Amino acid sequence: MPSHTVADLLRGLAAGDFSSEEITQQYLDAIADRDGQINSFITVTREHALEQARAADNARQRGNAGALCGLPIAHKDIFCTEGVRTSCASKMLDNFIAPYSATVVNNMASAGAVMLGKTNLDEFAMGSSNETSYYGTVRNPWNTDRVPGGSSGGSAAAIAAGLAPAATGTDTGGSIRQPAALCGLTGLKPTYGRVSRYGMIAFASSLDQAGPMARSAEDCALLLQSMAGFDERDSTSMDVRVDDYAGALDQDLRGLKIGLPKEYFSAGLDPAIGDAVHAALEEYRKMGAETVEISLPHTELAVPCYYVIAPAEASTNLSRFDGVRYGYRCENPADLDDLYTRSREEGFGEEVKRRILVGTYALSAGFYDAYYRKAQQVRRLIKQDFTDAFKQVDIIAGPTTPNPAFGIGEKVSDPVTMYLEDIYTIAVNLAGLPALSMPVGFAGELPAGMQLIGRDFDEGRLLAAAHQYQQRSDWHLRTAPECA
Amino acid sequence: MSLEQGDIAKLARLARIRISEESSEELRQRISDILGMIDTMQAVNTDAVDPMANPHDATQRLRADVVSEVDQRDDFQRIAPATEDGLYLVPKVID
Repeated sequence: MPSHTVADLLRGLAAGDFSSEEITQQYLDAIADRDGQINSFITVTREHALEQARAADNARQRGNAGALCGLPIAHKDIFCTEGVRTSCASKMLDNFIAPYSATVVNNMASAGAVMLGKTNLDEFAMGSSNETSYYGTVRNPWNTDRVPGGSSGGSAAAIAAGLAPAATGTDTGGSIRQPAALCGLTGLKPTYGRVSRYGMIAFASSLDQAGPMARSAEDCALLLQSMAGFDERDSTSMDVRVDDYAGALDQDLRGLKIGLPKEYFSAGLDPAIGDAVHAALEEYRKMGAETVEISLPHTELAVPCYYVIAPAEASTNLSRFDGVRYGYRCENPADLDDLYTRSREEGFGEEVKRRILVGTYALSAGFYDAYYRKAQQVRRLIKQDFTDAFKQVDIIAGPTTPNPAFGIGEKVSDPVTMYLEDIYTIAVNLAGLPALSMPVGFAGELPAGMQLIGRDFDEGRLLAAAHQYQQRSDWHLRTAPECA
Repeated sequence: MSLEQGDIAKLARLARIRISEESSEELRQRISDILGMIDTMQAVNTDAVDPMANPHDATQRLRADVVSEVDQRDDFQRIAPATEDGLYLVPKVID
């Protein structure tokens, strides 16, 4: 079961090899047995899952099976789930039972997916290591002294540990792709506006995007098909036709032009990751693709630009947590100001407070032009780099992360060093482009990921390019040593 | 950009977050480090560049000005820390 792909499970369910209730029970048992070591789930929705599984089995018997009928999945605990705690890994929302479900959750449930539970993350998705969760650090199944990446680290670790075949994630600066890379998975951040943000707890609204995490590109295609689409409840949702992702996986890559940004292969890249990426690119050339060096000249500005825009939007979004309408309220507030300031002091963790204060600074009178407006201008330069590159190439490829999974505790006390781990993923969010990460080898015992970046709404081409590589490699089917 | 202790107090006030004296110095240091990293962005000339708020340069979609939501006040207040008669309770503001 642990190495089963979504595609395998859907085929087995359709063929009647097993029922949804049987496999759901197996995943629930695996979580109960082994998640103690990994800490990938915040909430396991056992009864709810078995109920959904039985309903899926009944629907299938009646000839009414949706695209994901009976498939057990996990949701990152940033998506609101009606009647189930939605904590965002924060003490602030430890007691929050969502009164409605996110569109992504509803879409996947309508397709027949079964929710196993809610996965751990960095608090309010702010982090690259999953060490800032109120519910404790998540451990990387490949080496439990290492981080799984973040912020969707619980989703990544759950899949890598064989506790779920797939999960949802969200990606504001790399939060799907970086943990996918560090845990040996395939993860896709769709184009901004492709998947609804309704009911997804907001971090940085102009950057946040939900996407699938699984073993293979084929799995991500199957999941994205149910997640994507226009939603009038999200004012930034884009009314663009959803392609047939799974149907377009068998593309011939002859003539595909792959751009290699020289800035992504510079000093600071772990040599073993560099070697793995180069070996994968060699496979692409064998498949008839052409690789050309390109330049994204403003790459170095992406991290500073992001650390103005994301905290500024976060400081605004997180102002809603006031101890009045929902969430944490401090004991015995002396007055209204004490209620606000102490609820927020006690309810938020250190990294969240830092980012709120940085964002407050960037938006404050006298600093707005020098920081927020400046960052928005730099954002356009970064987007323009990609627009220029895509005149020359069809997709862009490079490493997903400069280093493999780092040690737990290694970088947590040095935020700036941690932020620089996202150097290859952040620009994509600023530009709103789709990008995926897939496993292309190992650095020692730890997985190495390669990122493919596409034009707006070109998810189909990215998934097909990754799928073709996965037809010729088995990195995506490798399982962590203890979890086979 | 290096911040002073007074800057942290001002930011904390603006953000409505109480900052204890013990954590204030570390916070000042960390935020100064972050702002130092951010300041590398100042070196690039952006005089002729329009700010970008949305990666597709999309503007807010408008809908017809008609009621589209049903009343869910009871559902929303069930998860509030303190309510009474359909109102949210806070400490006394005016004597």
